[in-house]
Amino acid sequence: MKIRIERDVLAGAVSWAARTLPSRPSLPVLAGVVLTAEGSTVTLSSFDYEVSARVEAEAVVDEPGTALVSGRLLSEIAKALPAKPVVIASEGSRVSITCDRSSFTLPTLPIEDYPQLPAMPEASGSVDADLFAMAVAQVAIAAGRDDTLPTLTGIRMEFDGATITLAATDRYRLAVREFTWKPNSSSLDVAALVPARNLSDTAKSLAAGENVIIALGPTGERLIGFEGNSRRTTSRLLDGEFPKYRSLLPSESSSIAEVDTATLIEAVKRVALVAERNTPVRLAFGNGEVSLRAGAGDDAQATEALECSIQGDDLEIAFNPGYLLDGLNACGAASARFSFTQATRPAVLTGHGEGAVDDYRYLLMPVRLTG
Amino acid sequence: MSRSQVRRPQGRIGFGDDDTGCPILHIDMDAFYASVELLDHPELVGTPVIVGAGGNRGVVLSATYEARALGVHSAMPMSRARRIAPQATILPPRHSLYSEASQGVMAIFRSVTPQVEPLSLDEAFLDVSGALRRLGPPRHIAELIRARVVDEQGITCSVGVAPTKFVAKLASTRCKPDGLLVIPVDQVLAFLHPLPVGALWGVGEKTEEHLTRLGLRTVGDIAHTPLVTLQRALGEATGSHLYELSWGRDSRSVNPHEPEKSIGNEETFAEDTDDEEFVRTRIAALADHVAARLRRAEFRARTISLKVRFSDFSTITRSRTLHDPTDVGKDVYDTAWTLFAALGLERAQIRLVGVRAENLIPAEDAPEQLLLDAPEHGRRDAEVAIDGLRDRFGDEAVVPGRLVPGAVNRTESGQPPHGDRSAGVAPGD
Repeated sequence: MKIRIERDVLAGAVSWAARTLPSRPSLPVLAGVVLTAEGSTVTLSSFDYEVSARVEAEAVVDEPGTALVSGRLLSEIAKALPAKPVVIASEGSRVSITCDRSSFTLPTLPIEDYPQLPAMPEASGSVDADLFAMAVAQVAIAAGRDDTLPTLTGIRMEFDGATITLAATDRYRLAVREFTWKPNSSSLDVAALVPARNLSDTAKSLAAGENVIIALGPTGERLIGFEGNSRRTTSRLLDGEFPKYRSLLPSESSSIAEVDTATLIEAVKRVALVAERNTPVRLAFGNGEVSLRAGAGDDAQATEALECSIQGDDLEIAFNPGYLLDGLNACGAASARFSFTQATRPAVLTGHGEGAVDDYRYLLMPVRLTG
Repeated sequence: MSRSQVRRPQGRIGFGDDDTGCPILHIDMDAFYASVELLDHPELVGTPVIVGAGGNRGVVLSATYEARALGVHSAMPMSRARRIAPQATILPPRHSLYSEASQGVMAIFRSVTPQVEPLSLDEAFLDVSGALRRLGPPRHIAELIRARVVDEQGITCSVGVAPTKFVAKLASTRCKPDGLLVIPVDQVLAFLHPLPVGALWGVGEKTEEHLTRLGLRTVGDIAHTPLVTLQRALGEATGSHLYELSWGRDSRSVNPHEPEKSIGNEETFAEDTDDEEFVRTRIAALADHVAARLRRAEFRARTISLKVRFSDFSTITRSRTLHDPTDVGKDVYDTAWTLFAALGLERAQIRLVGVRAENLIPAEDAPEQLLLDAPEHGRRDAEVAIDGLRDRFGDEAVVPGRLVPGAVNRTESGQPPHGDRSAGVAPGD
């Protein structure tokens, strides 16, 4: 194999392919990236039995062929090279990388031991890349990180005709986002549970393109694929039953409060400075303002009050400040609206005014008030 | 060499009477459990008595000095203790009795000064700086306490009086039983330097071996080794820690608010076992017990740890910090069992398992992050209700379903030691 490729093209392609490489691979070959040169393209691919990634990049192919090299090294080298054309050539059991006056030689890994990448399922439809990236980011914050509850580390994707609903919950909060897409078949009605980390990495990386093609594998395969901008990835789906989250969304409220989002974010950050680990920020809504308070007893304390429009009953409620900030940031709108029922029941946070997106809801469970 | 050898009589006991600048007292009850038992068994006074669970697999919890003279010591396996002291009387432990006596003793300490830091039921540090004007010099206060403990509780104690905590502790060990030893400020080094390195706080078996390999046998050897050499050999923190101690420097103050650090229970099996299902039921029982103790003490634990000792006595400990502090048996069990499962043991012979709740915070300070999908009356309510039943009808009134014989498949060897538990109510999980 021998190719010539622009540094930026190479670096972009390697960073996609190396993105999902396992840091501690179960087999040594899985730490590699496969380079395949053919026609006028070089294809880079990686796979760790959970996620596969594949990207095609334009290159001058002098000699077609394949090689398997350490993805981490290739990625670091590609990033560090000067902005000049790069020549990659296999020489026996080594691969040389030459660019301007620097040159590297890397040992190759045995390509015959490398597993076959799963085939990309057939396309099910497509969605605007920016919309997809934003929607996934809004939901991913609520996904669990506790590997002992694997089902909750996923984002549930529900496909119902032209609507996709994303949902994630770690049992402390629930984020739900609906948006429209262009399905190839209007009768599509399926759901998939995708590892949140894979989905949010993928959506972020594909945001540079125009559209993202979503490819749902046949039900038995437990696989989902995404494609855009000459990049493809497949991810294994999670097993297990996602909580029946729709019944958690309250249908009514006893008070509704609306606050300027940016002001509230700043205030929560300040007050939370004195909140020790796992201690809440208290919010008291009433008299046209919300007053924030953190810290208790002999410990450091902080308070701050800001304007707020309130309809319905006054209420005092406490939240984990990190969870509250996640929700406020995810709403991404000029004002944040809270709907409450009781201080021990979940609050619904939605964005309104400039920047608001329809159909995003962040359900946040309070911390029980003591003392 | 071990800490016990510090006790070896050294001809001269006593380093002078000057207690100026020695406000720290370390008070240690002599053979505490055994002494308390003797109050109920006056006929056994002057004979070897061992307190420890029956059966051959427990360890000695306490022994009278007559038993110690035969070679018995705390933490020795009961089977060995029986062998070397066949004539000794063995008494099963009665913890409620000891805890009552302990409260009485601690009350005496607190009447002297509020600066009392209990280390366990039978041991405490006191800082008597604030009591000098009222009660006289430290030595006098120590005598007063010793007299009151004998008068009011009928047991003896030994007191070390020194400028720092760790020297006071070494001094009380040296003057046992029923003794008092003052280490004057200018005698600290004379007292410390001949001691074996194992006497230093923080030197366990491993470090001791390491030090011996370096040719450092006494505290004085450590003191005269350059700090950098110690740090290179033992790591920066341990190196400077030991160096400071070897020069009698210990900056820890007596901390009366020292919170309870952990609550744990362990169980040594009647026979080593590789029956995972049996081990699981025992972990469940221990978790249940630890959680009940947490609730009683009004603490919640952030961290749960699991200890497993194998038939060859090698021991491993694993711990996990929870998202939310807990006092619920189900959470303690789930965490402990996850830790056990993660060990990936394959038919390893297990001798002992232990479950411990660590990183405790007072329940009233523990904010409770509510769960979206939690039922209104959760597991905790059930366990609190069980506490109530147990208080009224005894511990066996309610047991987890897992622990009821027949509720799970178990092999012959895995029968739990108490076969009559099925009489209790068994809530499912």
